[in-house]
Amino acid sequence: MELVAVVKRDCETCRLVEPVLAQIRARTPLALYSQDDPAFPETLGGSLDDTALARSWRLNIEIVPTLIRFEGDKEVARIAGWDRAEWERVAQHPKLGPGLPAFQPGCGSLTQDPGMPERLALAHGDLHLKSRRIDVADPEDAIEVAYDRGWSDGLPVVPPTPLRVAMMLSGTTRRPDEVIGLIPPNLSECTVEKAAANAVMAGCRPEYFPAVLAVIETALDPKFSMHGLLATLWFAGPVVIINGPIAKRIGMNSGGNAFGQGNRANATIGRALQLVIRNVGGGIPGGVDRAVFGNPGKYTFCFAEDESDPDWTPLNVARGFKSGTSTVTLFHGDGVQGIAAGRSRTPEGLARSLAMGLAAVCHPKLAEWSGAILAISPDHYAIFRSGGWRRAEIEAGLREALRRPGRDLVYGALGVEEGIDPARAEEMVDKFNPGTLLVVRAGGRGGLMSAVIGGWPAQRKKTEVQPVTREISP
Amino acid sequence: MNTQTYQMLDPTGELAAERRTRRAPPASLEGATIGLMSISKERSREFLDTMERLLTGRGLKIERFEKPTHTKPAPEPVVQAIVERCDVVVVGLAD
Repeated sequence: MELVAVVKRDCETCRLVEPVLAQIRARTPLALYSQDDPAFPETLGGSLDDTALARSWRLNIEIVPTLIRFEGDKEVARIAGWDRAEWERVAQHPKLGPGLPAFQPGCGSLTQDPGMPERLALAHGDLHLKSRRIDVADPEDAIEVAYDRGWSDGLPVVPPTPLRVAMMLSGTTRRPDEVIGLIPPNLSECTVEKAAANAVMAGCRPEYFPAVLAVIETALDPKFSMHGLLATLWFAGPVVIINGPIAKRIGMNSGGNAFGQGNRANATIGRALQLVIRNVGGGIPGGVDRAVFGNPGKYTFCFAEDESDPDWTPLNVARGFKSGTSTVTLFHGDGVQGIAAGRSRTPEGLARSLAMGLAAVCHPKLAEWSGAILAISPDHYAIFRSGGWRRAEIEAGLREALRRPGRDLVYGALGVEEGIDPARAEEMVDKFNPGTLLVVRAGGRGGLMSAVIGGWPAQRKKTEVQPVTREISP
Repeated sequence: MNTQTYQMLDPTGELAAERRTRRAPPASLEGATIGLMSISKERSREFLDTMERLLTGRGLKIERFEKPTHTKPAPEPVVQAIVERCDVVVVGLAD
C-alpha cells in the first residue's frame, strides 16, 4: 500500500490537514506533492515539487487536498477535501486529526484554473493537434505574419496559438480530428481542429463554437450551394440568423444595431465561416469569388432573432423546428436596405408599405427571382400586433401586396427592358418564390422602419438553391 | 531581447493539400476536339451555338456538354466526359 497526497499552501484545508499528513506518514509511505510551494508543509520537511502540475494532471486532481491509496500501480481509494471518516478509510488509519472538525471542503486544484486543463492536455500529449506549427520569432508580430500568409480577410486576426485552439475545442464535445466536410471551392477537408483555428482567428469565444460548427455544416448542405454563392458575380454572401436559447446564452444582439458593429458573438460567428471558406477552402476575392461589388456583410453577417414576444412564431419554428431549439439559418443575402414607413397605423397599410420596399429587391420588374429577408422592427411589429396580425397574417398580407400584373413586369413594360418573360403578361405574378422571403423580428425601439436584406438571383432556381436551417448541437 | 518563440497553428487546408499543375495549352488547335460546356445560365446555349458555328467554320471538331445548373460545380461525370473526349474546353457563361 502506498498513499499519495496533493496539496497547495494557498488552501486553508490543506493547512488544516498538515498534522493529519504527519500522522499518516509516521505509519505508511506517503508521497506528498505541493502544487504551489515545495517548502510546504514545513512540519513535514516540505513536499515533492509539482508546481508544473504534471503529477496532479496525471492523477486527475480537481480538489486539494486529495488523498489517494494505491495497491501496486492501481488506485483503489480516493478522497478530496477533508472528511475524517473518509480519510481514515482511504489511509486505513484510525483516529486521524483529533481536534479537527469532522469535515471541511477542499479548494480548487491549480489544474482547474482557466486555460490550465488545455495547457496541460497539450503539454502532456492528451490533446494532439495535427495542424502544422508555424514558429513566429518574437518580436516578430504574429498578426503581421498572419497577414503575410494570407489568412486575414483584411482585418487583424487573433493569432491561432495551440493554447487558444485547444481552448476553442473545449467548447465542443466533438473530436478535433472529426471531418466536418469538404470546403469549397478547393473541396479541402475541414476538421473540427481547422474550424477551431479559424474561429480563434475570427475572435470567437469557446462557447460560440457549437454555433460556428453548425454554421459551417449548414453552408456545406448541397441545398445551400456555398460554392455558387462564393463564385457569384452578385453582392451576396452567407447571412446567419441564430434562433433559440443559445442566442441569449452567448449574449447575441437581436435588438438595437443588430446588423451593426459592437457585439462579439454577432461579429465573430459570421466571420469564422468566411475565414474557413478563405483558409480551408481557398475561396478568395479575384479567385473563385467573382463578386462585382461584394458587400460589407462578407466580412461577417450574423444576428439573432428577437424572440421576446411569446405570440411570435420564431423563424426556426416556422421552418419546422421545435420551439426552444437552438438553430442557425443561412440565407444568401446582400446588404441592408431600409424602409421608412412612419405613417401606417393599420396592419394592412403597413404590409402594403413594406411590400413596396420589398418589390425593389434585385430589380422592381423581376419576379420569382431573388428572395429576401424582411426584418420587422419592434415599432412596426407593434402595429401588426395590435391589429391581431402575427407571422401567418403578415406573410399572407405581404404576398398579396407583392402580387403584380405580369403586363407591368414583362420585358419593355414601363419603358424598361429588364423584366419577365412576355408569356406571363396576363398572369398575376408573385414577387418571391415560396420559402424565399424570410420574415424575422429584430432591431431596437424608437423607429417606424424595417429592413430588407436582398437575396441572390440564383434563388430563382428554387429546387437547387435554398435557405437552410440546422440545429446547433454541443 | 526576448528570443522566446511563439507558435501558431496553420489554419489552412494543408493537411489535405494536393498540388495540381496546370495543363499546358496545345501548341495548335489543328485536329483538336473542342468541348463547349454550357453552365446552364440564361442564354449560355445561344452563346455556345455562336461559338460552335464560328469554330466549325474553321474546320474544328466540336463536342457539346452541359452542367445541370450554374449554381453548383459541374458533376463529376460531366467533367470526366470532357476529359475523355476533348483536348480543349470552353466553359460558357453568358447572361
